[in-house]
Amino acid sequence: MYWDFEWTFQVMPDLLRGLGVTVQVTVFGYLIALSLGLLIAVVRRTPVVGAVLHAAMEFIRTTPLVIQLVFVFLLAPSTVSGMTVGIIVIGVHYAAYTAEVYRSGIEGVAKGQWEAARALSLPSHRTWGAIVLPQAIRKVIPALGNYLIAMFKDTPLLIAIGVAELLTQAQRIGSASFRVVEAYTVVGFLFLLVSVPSAILIRRLERRYAAV
Amino acid sequence: MPPSDTPKHEQPQGVGGGPGDQPLIVFDQVVKRFGDLTVLDHLDFSVAPGERVTLIGPSGSGKTTILRLLMTLEKVTEGVIWVDGEPYSHMRRGSHLSPASEGYLRQRRKRVGMVFQQFNLFPNMTVRQNIIEAPVHVLGKPKDEANARAAELLEMVGLSDKIDAHPTQLSGGQQQRVAIARALAMSPEILLLDEVTSALDPELVAGVLDVLREIAETTDITMLCVTHEMTFARDVSHRVLMFDQGRIAEEGPPEQIFGDPREERTKSFLSSVLDNGH
Repeated sequence: MYWDFEWTFQVMPDLLRGLGVTVQVTVFGYLIALSLGLLIAVVRRTPVVGAVLHAAMEFIRTTPLVIQLVFVFLLAPSTVSGMTVGIIVIGVHYAAYTAEVYRSGIEGVAKGQWEAARALSLPSHRTWGAIVLPQAIRKVIPALGNYLIAMFKDTPLLIAIGVAELLTQAQRIGSASFRVVEAYTVVGFLFLLVSVPSAILIRRLERRYAAV
Repeated sequence: MPPSDTPKHEQPQGVGGGPGDQPLIVFDQVVKRFGDLTVLDHLDFSVAPGERVTLIGPSGSGKTTILRLLMTLEKVTEGVIWVDGEPYSHMRRGSHLSPASEGYLRQRRKRVGMVFQQFNLFPNMTVRQNIIEAPVHVLGKPKDEANARAAELLEMVGLSDKIDAHPTQLSGGQQQRVAIARALAMSPEILLLDEVTSALDPELVAGVLDVLREIAETTDITMLCVTHEMTFARDVSHRVLMFDQGRIAEEGPPEQIFGDPREERTKSFLSSVLDNGH
């Protein structure tokens, strides 16, 4: 067993392309998770639709992401790419978690804030948009940030539907040349290269918002 | 609400208020229950336009609930509240009254302002934003006009230099003065003051009461005030209502209530409040 540096450099472009896909899935999936989760958290407070949404979120949280990926991929029309399926499924899956995060933030806003808004006759879009959500979201930024990293680390599951993300690329290259150790080591290193700076960035963001 | 409880569709006449004056606020047989607990028990009273009424009584006697009903933060269980001759807790539907819809309440409560015990300023906004939020987004005032009015009001409460501060940078007394300015920015006809000095350190109380005294002297806003500040109540109010167990135990001008209370409950309540150093 020896480490082949030359080979490692040769396959680097393929692996970096894989990393590009991984980052794309994470970014777009996270945008879905952030916006859909917020929508769910707000709509969940209405009586009937809220109960239905709650049940749906519960279902999503209690079934494995990889099964959701395969299931939707098989059901989706063949014109929809695996990458699109991956982004949507991972985004919706994580929305089930971010919705809970937002909900705890919303519930953490003091009752007096709602009452003051009501006493001023503010329309509900101002009560939510100018008063409740700005306070709620500020409190949950750290928790939301943690889900960004968790989501990034879940993207290798897209291998199950053949998306050419980082792990898929590594497996393809590795098994073709029997150099799996190099391939997977580089994958691990690349994941670290993205998640450590992201984590640092998130902590910094946290501190900035905590200070105000 | 069962049909037998369907309220009368005309405001009851001759329930207090000045002679010949149409009362501004009328409580007609108002009941408020929280579960098994009856907080207001078939309450009848009215307030004349421009009148300043202080509500006193032991905690749990229903004073604050009256303000919260008027601010539509709570709904009546039975009975009807009228404001300016029109149903307030209810709305006219044909010839009878049904509980008011959210839209109706939003329209009606614009004329009512409230200052809370805990200030409830919006911490994510500056003082200026707190004050102009409702004038701009509820009354549709141009921003310049709202800003000018905010500056005026802040000057009145003595906080002109804090216009760009955040509420967390202010003392409790300063926050409460901003909250008063915020309520006044809506030019309310009725101002509800819910124990506005109870959460303040003793040395900050006077500043807030001075502002309220000035409002009482310079405007004709109808004020309903729940307070334990008996000197203040005596100075500014036209009438004092003593509450006990959801009913009015005694009412009268402040000189009489404080100087010559007739009811045993009023006497014991006043002596307990005075014993507490107020």
